[in-house]
Amino acid sequence: MIVVGYTADRFGHAALEHGIAEANLRKTSVLVINATSGESYVDSRFAGSPEVHDVEAHLAECGVEYELAQPVGVDAADELLAAMGREEAQLLVVGIRHRSPVGKLLLGSVAQKLILECPKPLLAVKPTED
Amino acid sequence: MENFDWLLQGFAEAATPMNLLYAAIGVLLGTAVGVLPGIGPAMTVALLLPITYNVSPSAAFIMFAGIFYGGMYGGSTTSILLNTPGESSSVITALEGNKMAKAGRAAQALATAAIGSFVAGAIGTALLAAFAPAVSRFAVTLGAPSYLAIMLFALVAVTAVLGSSKMRGLISLLLGLAIGVVGIDSLTGQPRATFGMPLLSDGIDIVVIAVAVFALGEALWVAAHLRRRPAEVIPVGRPWMGKEDWKRSWKPWLRGTAYGFPFGALPAGGAELPTFLSYITEKKLTKHPEEFGKGAIEGVAGPEAANNASAAGTLVPMLSLGLPTNATAAVMLTAFVSYGIQPGPTLFDKEPLLIWTLIASLFIGNFLLLALNLPLAPLWAKLLRTPRPYLYAGILFFATLGAFAVNLQPLDLVLLLVFGLMGLMMRRFGLPVLPLIIGVILGPRVERQLRQSLQLGGGDWLSLFKEPVAIGTYIVMALLLLAPLVLRLMHRSEESLLIVEDDTDQKQKAGKL
Repeated sequence: MIVVGYTADRFGHAALEHGIAEANLRKTSVLVINATSGESYVDSRFAGSPEVHDVEAHLAECGVEYELAQPVGVDAADELLAAMGREEAQLLVVGIRHRSPVGKLLLGSVAQKLILECPKPLLAVKPTED
Repeated sequence: MENFDWLLQGFAEAATPMNLLYAAIGVLLGTAVGVLPGIGPAMTVALLLPITYNVSPSAAFIMFAGIFYGGMYGGSTTSILLNTPGESSSVITALEGNKMAKAGRAAQALATAAIGSFVAGAIGTALLAAFAPAVSRFAVTLGAPSYLAIMLFALVAVTAVLGSSKMRGLISLLLGLAIGVVGIDSLTGQPRATFGMPLLSDGIDIVVIAVAVFALGEALWVAAHLRRRPAEVIPVGRPWMGKEDWKRSWKPWLRGTAYGFPFGALPAGGAELPTFLSYITEKKLTKHPEEFGKGAIEGVAGPEAANNASAAGTLVPMLSLGLPTNATAAVMLTAFVSYGIQPGPTLFDKEPLLIWTLIASLFIGNFLLLALNLPLAPLWAKLLRTPRPYLYAGILFFATLGAFAVNLQPLDLVLLLVFGLMGLMMRRFGLPVLPLIIGVILGPRVERQLRQSLQLGGGDWLSLFKEPVAIGTYIVMALLLLAPLVLRLMHRSEESLLIVEDDTDQKQKAGKL
């Protein structure tokens, strides 16, 4: 099972694409996780219902077996690590956004935490520049 | 004509750079807190009361009035974009406004809300400038019994008319009155409810109560319901309106103002009732009835104008009678008292320059708000991305600072915590906060008026009913209390116009969304 850390922007889309490609290569399923801490009134990275609908349609179109989870009120990194703790999880795919050292200090970096703590292989992707 | 003279002097005073700066800060803060749900102008004014120790009265009141008006503007932005009203007066705007936004007409909704608010605010402030001195002149002729009757009417109206449950309003009011009792009696010098603590002899400071119930109570409530599914915000560009929208909006603006101002000026009014009435009227009078429920611009224009006009109307009893009719006005009155200015009918005679500067700065602030909200509305929506822990941590910081700064005694912090927990319990059980604040502020004054009346009447209770204004007010009060009972007996259903959210509603919302 490929675990994809999804956010509602181009980084998430890139991660999803690569996740689907890997799943097709390895002939396995995809678990898409779009978590939010729920601390803000508005979270631009949390996918709204139209976007969820689009993602599920895309996954069905590509012919992969999929599962989409949107946990609320959890830390995103912890949620992904917990998913990777499952036996059938093989690979974690996340999109990388550019963070300067000060940015990492102030806002934190989910990707960095995952790279350092994930026991299984992790695929870090960037969106194609257009 | 003399008043116009004073108004021009007020403009001269309000247009000074320092006062303009305070007006700008006030409207910025007001819009920001209006946009954020759960935080309102009342809480902000309560948190900023300590600044009254350092700045001149006119500057402080200019800022507070800016926050008050700004709150009305900001509330509509969240209602339209998020379907979550930022202020209780913006609930109706959310009905049509959000539907318009979902249909891709967010820019028009925001534009009509902002311009309607400006029109209503301008007309409302002009009416304020015209009526407040007249009411004040009339009020000076009132004797203590009539004044007592009017204040009792305000208490009863706030308790029994607003809110879904008279019982809950009464509980809040009695809590407020009880808190107001604490201290040394001014007439007999006896300590009342001080629990043997000499520090409580001065009474519990209203700043501590206001900050505890509004800021701390809200912070604790949000902390208890912190992690919720985020709302979907609708992206929008710069607000603007087409010609057709202008044609459809201008009459609702004027009608909304006509509803909002009288209701704001009445003690029972508040801003929720006129917005509801405006919505119903627009629904009946519209030429496009099929659009209501799917995003009709009249349904945004009318209620928005109504709530801004009622904000202006609220200032009429506050300035002319010293009677607060909503939470922000109540806290502003406290600021008057802390400056040593006695609010009441004599305010216009004793401090004319201050009052007219305030009214003039309302005009200026209204204009600033239009300039601020029209181009910057999408920016305000970005404010909603602040994680609430940081937001409320900041609020708690200012709350504790403010409560401590009042008397520099640690007991106030203990009281802050105790009343903050009380505020949390009130939100948990759906008790309205407004009767509590009004009870704390008006309770001692009602008692003083009652004693004065009895002393003037020689201890005869019937002397309370001797003045015509007093009799009239008591009759209206009795009608207000008995009317719902009579209607229910005649098997007609009483419309519950406002729902106070309690825990079940919150759980439903969190579960549903």
